[in-house]
Amino acid sequence: MRVVARRLVHLLVVLFFVTLFVALLTSMLPGDPVDAIAGFASEEQKEALREDLGLDDPVWTQYGRWIGDFVTGDLGGYYSVTGERPVMDRVSTALPVSLQLMVEAQLLALVFAVPLGVYSAYRAGSRFDRTASATLFGLLAIPNFALALVLAYYVGVELGWLPVSGYVAPNEDLLEHFRRMAMPAVSLAVGQIAVYMRLLRSDMIATLQEDFITMAKAKGIPPSHVLWRHALRPSSLTLLTVAGLNVGTLIGGAVIVEVIFSLPGMGLLLFEAINARQYIALQSLVAIIAVGYVLINFLVDVLYAVLDPRIRHARA
Amino acid sequence: MPEPDQVAPVAIRARRRTLGVPGKLAVGWLLLVVIAALLAPVLPLDDPNDPVGSIARQGPGTDGHVLGGDGLGRDLFSRLVWGARASLLLSVSAVILGIVIGGFLGLVAGYFRGRFDTLFVGLFDVLLSFPQLILALTLVTVLATGEGVSSTRRMVVLVFALGVVSIPVLGRIARANTLTWSQREFVLAARAMGARHRSIMFGEVLPNVLPAMFSIALLGIAVVIVAEGGLSLLGVGVRLPTPSWGNIIAEGRSELRDAPHVVLAPTVAIFLTVLALNYLGDVVRSRLDVRESAL
Repeated sequence: MRVVARRLVHLLVVLFFVTLFVALLTSMLPGDPVDAIAGFASEEQKEALREDLGLDDPVWTQYGRWIGDFVTGDLGGYYSVTGERPVMDRVSTALPVSLQLMVEAQLLALVFAVPLGVYSAYRAGSRFDRTASATLFGLLAIPNFALALVLAYYVGVELGWLPVSGYVAPNEDLLEHFRRMAMPAVSLAVGQIAVYMRLLRSDMIATLQEDFITMAKAKGIPPSHVLWRHALRPSSLTLLTVAGLNVGTLIGGAVIVEVIFSLPGMGLLLFEAINARQYIALQSLVAIIAVGYVLINFLVDVLYAVLDPRIRHARA
Repeated sequence: MPEPDQVAPVAIRARRRTLGVPGKLAVGWLLLVVIAALLAPVLPLDDPNDPVGSIARQGPGTDGHVLGGDGLGRDLFSRLVWGARASLLLSVSAVILGIVIGGFLGLVAGYFRGRFDTLFVGLFDVLLSFPQLILALTLVTVLATGEGVSSTRRMVVLVFALGVVSIPVLGRIARANTLTWSQREFVLAARAMGARHRSIMFGEVLPNVLPAMFSIALLGIAVVIVAEGGLSLLGVGVRLPTPSWGNIIAEGRSELRDAPHVVLAPTVAIFLTVLALNYLGDVVRSRLDVRESAL
């Protein structure tokens, strides 16, 4: 429990700095922030907006108000000539799309990486191992946006096998959902496969040298059982930590891939906010992404401590 | 099914002095890119920003244009060479920024430990708690979008944003290595002889820490080249008309159907460069035994 408590303090400190940075983004805008946020508005409207955003208040007042709004779900608005529309409306439909994309990509990556990693470790140095390692090393150098564009062109346009844009919810039509998600998820997963496979391979090679593996083999336990039950378990903890850290890369990739395949997720919202100079919306979207990322890593850390008895019972 | 006792032992990689064929190819490709980027103004290339209507969207080999023309009829090969210039300038500057600032903070944290260590490790943690691309994207959008932003300001802000992202990665490597090197006898000896902290840090410890940072910096350059591509697709990369590998891809995206070569050529350039940098980074790291987990 002490591990969890220490992690919790760490979490709060990090959350504080992350939200402080995001909350002060608007004051980092060059020139008058109100001109940047709503350049089209009349002088009275700008004055009202300045009042509303409290840009003249001291830093801590601004931060306090921003965080109060954020936790109660007030994410500010999109400003246009016709008025203000709440950002929250868009986020509530976009967030599930992005989460589905990332979970599907992550699962796809693990489904390929785990068997490849386990078998490569078992036959380390064999032709299979060398071929798999070299191929994955090459895959690691393909940027996900490049893969997405190449897939969109060959599979989507030339062959016409899969639709290149749009989104269908899984509860509407599951098959169509996967058809639309296939290319975006593959674009994201390929790089991750290489990362996980390499990691699992080196970790398992080390585990296979340990005494308890020799012991298990000496007892006459079948090799596949030794491999999957005895050796994979400790190595899967390392995999879990790295999978948590990799969510950061995954988020960055998902933003770009969503834009390429016009998937209406957080990335597409971010893209629209940047191009329409909607700085308040940008601020809220970045805050959601950053806080989500911090929380995921915290959960992974806690899970790690709960799953690994060596850490669970450690008394610092 | 082979018996479990046939499980191969950990392959002990021979530490060869030579690079081997793949290593030489990697060095060769990188040299080619660097030389092309440096010599772009004096090479006999077409103007990268001069549209020739007849080669618009035409594939490789049209009218003596090696890679054909882009959507507006600008020579694609010329844009690729000039693009290498922008992409390399950006990525190398950003990583140097990361090495200087991250390296300094890491060195101080690892050498003095105590309060400095807590403070700087905390800073690295906070910087790492943003997904990298999102942090860079946010900084560029807030500091360098809008009507009055010049290409130069965009470039400077891009270097700053991508440099900030690389500070914690390089800083942690510097700190981890400084921690071990500061325990060595020659540091103790220098201290016993009355050397100042500054001269021990920069004269004794830093030269030993640099090789590890260099191996990570190679990977860092690759990451920044890819990140620029991503930022370009989101509309906040190197500002047009200055070509970069990223913004050539971003521009070509709208004509993927009619002129796929515009996207494919810079994609291949990025792929080969990243592959070469990753490979050399791996070679240097396995020579130096830099642990990947320290990342």
